[in-house]
Amino acid sequence: MEAAMDLMRRISPNQSETALSALLSLLPHHSADLLSQVDQPLQVCMDTESMKEFILCEYNRDADSYRSPWSNKYHPPLEDGSLPSDELRKLEIEANEIFAVYREQYYEGGVSSVYMWEDDNQEFVACFLIKKDGSKTGHGRRGHLQEGSWDAIHVIEVGPVEEGNVHYCLTSTVMLSLTTEHKPLGTFNLSGSIRRQMSLDLSVEEGHLCNMGRMIEEMEGKLRNSLDQVYFGKTREMVCTLRPPPEGIQLRLPES
Amino acid sequence: MADGVDEPEEAAELGEKEKLEIAKWFLTNAPAGEIHYVAKDIRSILGDDKIYETAAAEAFPLYNKALLIVLELPDRSGDVIITTYGELDENNYFDPRTAQVATVDHVKQVCTNLRPASDEELPSPYIEEFRCALDAELCKYVGEAYPKGTCAVYCTRGKDVEGPGTDFEFAVVISAARHSPQNFCNGSWRSIWKLEFKDELQVVEIHGKLQVGAHYFEEGNVQLDANNECKDSTIMQSPEDCAVSITSMIHHHESEYMASLEASYLDLPDTTFKDLRRKLPVTRTLFPWHNTLQFSLTRDITKELGIGK
Repeated sequence: MEAAMDLMRRISPNQSETALSALLSLLPHHSADLLSQVDQPLQVCMDTESMKEFILCEYNRDADSYRSPWSNKYHPPLEDGSLPSDELRKLEIEANEIFAVYREQYYEGGVSSVYMWEDDNQEFVACFLIKKDGSKTGHGRRGHLQEGSWDAIHVIEVGPVEEGNVHYCLTSTVMLSLTTEHKPLGTFNLSGSIRRQMSLDLSVEEGHLCNMGRMIEEMEGKLRNSLDQVYFGKTREMVCTLRPPPEGIQLRLPES
Repeated sequence: MADGVDEPEEAAELGEKEKLEIAKWFLTNAPAGEIHYVAKDIRSILGDDKIYETAAAEAFPLYNKALLIVLELPDRSGDVIITTYGELDENNYFDPRTAQVATVDHVKQVCTNLRPASDEELPSPYIEEFRCALDAELCKYVGEAYPKGTCAVYCTRGKDVEGPGTDFEFAVVISAARHSPQNFCNGSWRSIWKLEFKDELQVVEIHGKLQVGAHYFEEGNVQLDANNECKDSTIMQSPEDCAVSITSMIHHHESEYMASLEASYLDLPDTTFKDLRRKLPVTRTLFPWHNTLQFSLTRDITKELGIGK
């Protein structure tokens, strides 16, 4: 498994789907571990009942069907598919609605879904997902990207209330890829995948959604900045190391 | 579907072919400087040395050629670039500068033997004049522009041309790599310039393919994959004059490309990235999670914006 995880860190994030299915066929006994530990771009499905799209992931899957957070039904239909309790479902509905607005504010498009389920070790676990296609043909407002995708998966374990406080543990994964065109015949592609964790004890006064929402917002901001400055910055540094940028070259030809 | 005795054996064999293809895929898609780490991983996952060795024997040459791997010649007289333009056969590569042929172990990435090139393998004196002059100019350029770059000039067509009156073609190869595994960072620059010397028109047409790759993987996995193509031309003159004008064209285009890469990076934080995710909402404040009044407002906004259409 260690070797598999190392491979996933080396192969380009753009090829992670091919890499994962290759690993799954080589290591069928480790499929559960691989599926839970290896980050994959998210798939989207249309909920034909509510005419809204929803995101597919391990957390809303039962057998080969996926539960829509809008209609709370499985696609394709599944008898006795596992559902959250009524109370949790109420929270889930509210979470989906608020998260959709959050998504609109930051992503100006895209699809989001929130799934919640009861867990033996926790009060409950919630998963917030966002998928954004930022390409010119997708939801890229400014048309800079020939191709662009951002996939975010936030899984929060929510502990029981103890003296008015709750322990939250957030694990976030962001996968992104962006391609811009170089006139006339070139392309510039950056792709990346990072995962971080954050744990906080917060008062339950303003409610779970508020606490979870703030954690996610803070985490996404950090990840975006980190990707942009640190990670992409390092690749830029590497390019400048390979070939230091031209500064006062003697052989400069007149710009034609 | 259980047929008979042949079934299990057939299934096992298909499994082996598939495993081989998968192993080769991982090896050939390894980033610059990382094929040995990928090899170690895939070897342990396969658990079958025979399949691994076959995969390695097929994949390493492809990887080495794609990444323009540079190997030091055994007598330290220079380097040889592993490229199709210098390939005599799968294990033998020609270095035009020292006029030698190196035998190469692709998997170990070392030269195992060295011999002088035979007369048939070398270009004619006429061609060599052009090649050598260009090589000299190019070395100067590459030495200045790339802290650790290697270059070579190969005659790809018309190496036996004796004098003016016939077209011929060269390939210029520039390879620079930086491996810093302790800093979790590796990168490679590859340029391939094809030069067509057109005798009748007395023109040299150049066509360049530039590729840059970088991989940073400290607690994450981020990769740059950029490429560009460009064309230019100049008049055909004496070997020395050709060398100077071709090299300065290459220099110009490569510098321009560097500048446009820098520009792409500068655009990232505020422009390009915004199409994926803004730094902050239009309101320039954080999202008002706590505001339930806001929330019932947002319920209306939700309807207005037609979210989830």
